[in-house]
Amino acid sequence: MDQQQNPIVCINNVSHRYKKVMAIEDITLSIPSGQMVGLLGPDGVGKSTLLALISGVRKLQSGNLEVLGGDMASARHRSNVGPRIAYMPQGLGKNLYSELSVAENLDFFGKLFGQGASERKTRIDRLTHATGLNAFLSRPAGKLSGGMKQKLGLCCSLIHDPDLLILDEPTTGVDPLSRRQFWQLINTIRSERPNMSVIVSTAYMDEAEGFDWLVAMDAGHVLDSGTPKELKLKTQSENIEQTFTRLLPKEKRGSGHALVIPAFDKTDASPAITAKGLTRRFGDFTAVSNVSFEIQAGEIFGFLGSNGCGKTTTMKMLTGLLPASEGEAFLFGKPVDASNIDMRNRVGFMSQAFSLYGELTVKQNLTLHARLFHLSASKTTERIDVLVDRFGLRKQMDDLASSLPLGIRQRLSLAVAVIHEPEMLILDEPTSGVDPVARDEFWELLVELSRRDKVTIFISTHFMNEALRCDRISLMHAGEVLVYDEPQHLVEAKGSTSLEEAFISYLEDAIGQTPQKQAPLEIATTAEPTTLSQSQQQHTKRFGFNLSRLLAYSYLEMMAVMRDKIRLAFAFLGSVILLIVIAYGISLDIEDLTFAVLDYDQTPQSREYISHFQGSHYFIERPALQSKDALERRLQSNDITLAIEIPAGFGRDIKKGQTAYVSAWIDGANTTRAGTIEGYVTGAYVWYLTQLATEVGVDASAMYNVDQQSRYRYNPSFESMYSIGPKTPALLLLFFPAILMAVSVSREKEVGTITNFFVTPTNKFEFLIGKQLPYIAIGMINFLILTFLVVFLLQVPLKGSLLGLTVGAFCYVCASTGIGLVVSSVTKTQVTAVFATTIVSLLPTALFSGLVQPTSTLEGGGYIIGMAWPATYYMHLSVAAFTKGLNFFDLTGDIMMLSIYGPILVVLAAACLKKQEA
Amino acid sequence: MKIWSNIFWLGTKELRSVLGDVTMIILIVFLFSAQIYSRSTAISESVNNASIAIVDEDHSTLSRNIANAFYPPYFKLAEQISASEVDQVMDQDRFMFVVSIPPRFEADVRDGRLPSIQIDVDATAVTQASLGNSYIQSIITKEVNFFVNRSNASTDYPVILVQRRAFNPNGTMSWFSSMGALLDNVTLLAIILTGAALLREREHGTIEHLLVMPLTSFQIIMSKVCANGFIVLVAFSLSLFFMVETLLDVPIAGSRWLLLGGTTIYLFAAASIGIFLGTIARTMAQFALLLMIVIIPMMLLSGGITPIESQPAIIQPFTWIFPSRHFMAFSQAVVFRGADFSIVWPELLNIVGLGMVFFVGSLALFRRSIAVSK
Repeated sequence: MDQQQNPIVCINNVSHRYKKVMAIEDITLSIPSGQMVGLLGPDGVGKSTLLALISGVRKLQSGNLEVLGGDMASARHRSNVGPRIAYMPQGLGKNLYSELSVAENLDFFGKLFGQGASERKTRIDRLTHATGLNAFLSRPAGKLSGGMKQKLGLCCSLIHDPDLLILDEPTTGVDPLSRRQFWQLINTIRSERPNMSVIVSTAYMDEAEGFDWLVAMDAGHVLDSGTPKELKLKTQSENIEQTFTRLLPKEKRGSGHALVIPAFDKTDASPAITAKGLTRRFGDFTAVSNVSFEIQAGEIFGFLGSNGCGKTTTMKMLTGLLPASEGEAFLFGKPVDASNIDMRNRVGFMSQAFSLYGELTVKQNLTLHARLFHLSASKTTERIDVLVDRFGLRKQMDDLASSLPLGIRQRLSLAVAVIHEPEMLILDEPTSGVDPVARDEFWELLVELSRRDKVTIFISTHFMNEALRCDRISLMHAGEVLVYDEPQHLVEAKGSTSLEEAFISYLEDAIGQTPQKQAPLEIATTAEPTTLSQSQQQHTKRFGFNLSRLLAYSYLEMMAVMRDKIRLAFAFLGSVILLIVIAYGISLDIEDLTFAVLDYDQTPQSREYISHFQGSHYFIERPALQSKDALERRLQSNDITLAIEIPAGFGRDIKKGQTAYVSAWIDGANTTRAGTIEGYVTGAYVWYLTQLATEVGVDASAMYNVDQQSRYRYNPSFESMYSIGPKTPALLLLFFPAILMAVSVSREKEVGTITNFFVTPTNKFEFLIGKQLPYIAIGMINFLILTFLVVFLLQVPLKGSLLGLTVGAFCYVCASTGIGLVVSSVTKTQVTAVFATTIVSLLPTALFSGLVQPTSTLEGGGYIIGMAWPATYYMHLSVAAFTKGLNFFDLTGDIMMLSIYGPILVVLAAACLKKQEA
Repeated sequence: MKIWSNIFWLGTKELRSVLGDVTMIILIVFLFSAQIYSRSTAISESVNNASIAIVDEDHSTLSRNIANAFYPPYFKLAEQISASEVDQVMDQDRFMFVVSIPPRFEADVRDGRLPSIQIDVDATAVTQASLGNSYIQSIITKEVNFFVNRSNASTDYPVILVQRRAFNPNGTMSWFSSMGALLDNVTLLAIILTGAALLREREHGTIEHLLVMPLTSFQIIMSKVCANGFIVLVAFSLSLFFMVETLLDVPIAGSRWLLLGGTTIYLFAAASIGIFLGTIARTMAQFALLLMIVIIPMMLLSGGITPIESQPAIIQPFTWIFPSRHFMAFSQAVVFRGADFSIVWPELLNIVGLGMVFFVGSLALFRRSIAVSK
């Protein structure tokens, strides 16, 4: 075949490892172009890694990889061919923005590839018409069904007419009808654009029959490759599933014998689970609608349906995790009650996602659960011993659960679920992503539990062959149970040849449509000749910095923020609340200090001395002290902060003209406060002396020789509000933009939408600045609100240049969002991003930037940090503009300093942000 | 009995989770060592290295003596500027204080004509302005008196005031600031750790796994409070001993056991607040914003920066609901004033009461928050 001579992907000795785990090992392979290529194999064999490497999402570690005629290790080649590759990651709607509508998602991808408004419109029109999404253009992607999400994902990938389309398990978790439609869609597109190559990975062996060329993978190696026909011939098998099993090394082929399920004995059956009209709504969305069924004790009951059809929600209602909006459920004849602890001892639950503790070992996980179910020590050892052998976990006892392969993890989950010998098991898609051999082993365990131990099993799955093994199954779609019966009866009732067909037929009945032909795709027929030349031009245009891509990210971010009303409210309301609390709360006016007197003298002279404290608004007098002990005691208990001790003979000494003594005891615990009190006490003392001198007819001022006049500039009334008021916005304009920014970027990393940044021609600055702009806007709105409040609520007049203040605030907000960018480009998860941003920003801003203590008077590390931290300059600028009343020109020094931070931080963030995954 | 064994086993799991997270450990260690050190040593004196300028229009011996009387650590060496520059340098913040000595100053002093010296103070830095001003005044008075009397002999005052500082006789700044830093970090870490622990379990779905086992919400919440509180308590104890007592040389006047006991109680309250925030927040972004709104007032208004009695009357009642305020009062009393249990029990009682409120609040919201989360 001539395609063989011109492969689209050339893989030479490529290996890839994640820490200790080898994902793919020394693979050498050529993938022919212009074909539909299938990557076969169960989860965790390296399919995703290989696809991510081909698409350029992951960084090549070792070996040589050529895609579309160039080396993928070269950044230049990657950005060259980037626009010709489309990559759809694994997971339903993984690369979609769930808050955005269908149209907005498509529009965003169009913008990333530099398409003009009219071009985008025609393309979106064609794609959505072809896929039937045109009726849902304004629906948020997060509210689409699994099948529709995948169609939308496909549309987003096709918007720029890629030459190489890479799909990672596009149909996993999608109902059979949507799956069928999805493949029809792909086939139509391929017939219109025969030059396009498609690489698909899948765990469904039946899908593989329709592919042009197959690569079978296992444990990081390629088992074999070739056309389905060649492979079947080679292994002498009838179907691909058999082919795959025969390609596996001998020890992995499993027992080989077919699973035999003894018939279910109905004689002494009593209902174990009863559901009557169960309904669950989330807001205006009905997840489960009027579901009723009855499951007999000891029965294996299967729950079939696509992702998001309400299987999980129903199971959660049965376990009491979710209260039902309507209807009721009974377990063993008793109503489900979340507070019924005894019932939980009789039920084992295994949830969809792996929900054991990855940071614990297999043994620790088992022991922990045994303890929590209060098995006795001897029973625990015995039980663990039995389970470990039965579930084949002996070798992995001391491995961390997170390091186990998926199949073994699921076995561990099941072992944990049955450790307390429950009478009922509720299993939510336990075999998702587990390879066929491991699935068979898992089912052997289930059958044994059911038939030997008489455990009732309620299991959900989307594998048809598993559904056939159940005693009865129910088909669920869009929150409703379509039908439930024995699988064989369902097939017969529809007169179909297989359960899958029967299911599709039931689905079509439910949706109310007959199998209609797909609307013919017009994408290529009309667009092909022009798009080719167009896309050639775009390849050159796509290089370098592109403003419209940047704005696409800004628009996206803005929509996401606007739709999260709670976050938006917090961002504005939070800073208003904090402004009031901080500005009023941090008062530097030390007042209302409690004091008491220990007067051993009790003469008019001593009372005269004391009166100088009593009149002051700084001091509040407390009951007099009687002894030295009481003085110590009350200072200790914080009842008083100052004690004046007047010794006996004070009045006599003054009368005689001898020197008299007075002692003041000050609570020194709060050092700053103690310093201020010392000043007050000295002041009162000086006042007393002056009066005393005047009384005896001496001009007191003569004693000092000099008259010192202090002028308190800018703040003549000496109120701390004039200082704290303008400084507080500096705190808030740093914390909120920085945190919001950090969460925004790290969220993309955690959710997975960052893949779009990896695979599209977006460069780092477009991504970072694009995301930054909306938060700068939020920061500036916050600035206006805060300035308004400072002037009108806190009554601090803005005497100086508003323009200067605004320009400074803009530079400052650029800096604070920049801090968020830097933090989030180095951290992996949202938790660490939040934690790190808080620690990094809180201390220097609140303590080293001059809020209370001017930075210039600090020492050591605090001084250095303070001088390097932008808040220092903004506080300075804000005070200068508000209280000092300076004009624009006088503020330029601070503005210049502030303007440096934004660009430096963005460059730093870009340096830390990776354009590929490790 | 069963209840506590469940809490114990769940708690060990919590400990393993945190200890397995290297980034977290690094941040905790940083928070309780380098961070405390830099914060405690940053402020050596309220007035430290203050910039001062002299406008000397007298050019006499006395005016030069006054100019030379300002020196570190309180002040930087005084710079000479001209009278016309005063407004400009104050506007540009080059100097915090400007002392203006008029012409014929020395002669007027000698003749007893009581000349005026003007001190311009930048009052936007409130504390430093008032303290610095009084230092300047006493320095000038001293120089002038020395000049007049030709000796250091002090004037005979009829009454002499002896001021003594109780509990910190030398007024060492780092004592107070190190304790303040330590307490703030305890608050910050306890709230973040517990809140994040809950959110993480929710994101990973493990919380549902726990809820279908024979465990009550009380046990799940309590195990998080205990385990994360324990981590912070260990960090606190180590930091108290190695950083505060040993490295920073801060004496602890009261009983260490009382201090640790009170901290344990406070950790219960702070961790309960963390859990409470964790149950309210749906996403990490919301938790982060809530955290800011709660933790900043808790740290700034606890009395560590502005003493409670000096806060405005409208704010004071609000600070009462912050356990951090009571904890600050408690630990200052124990560490500096050497107070015993008979003095501090009301503060401890407040902390317990507030902790209970948040704990019970989280219990009430817990199941509902799980139901809404999906």
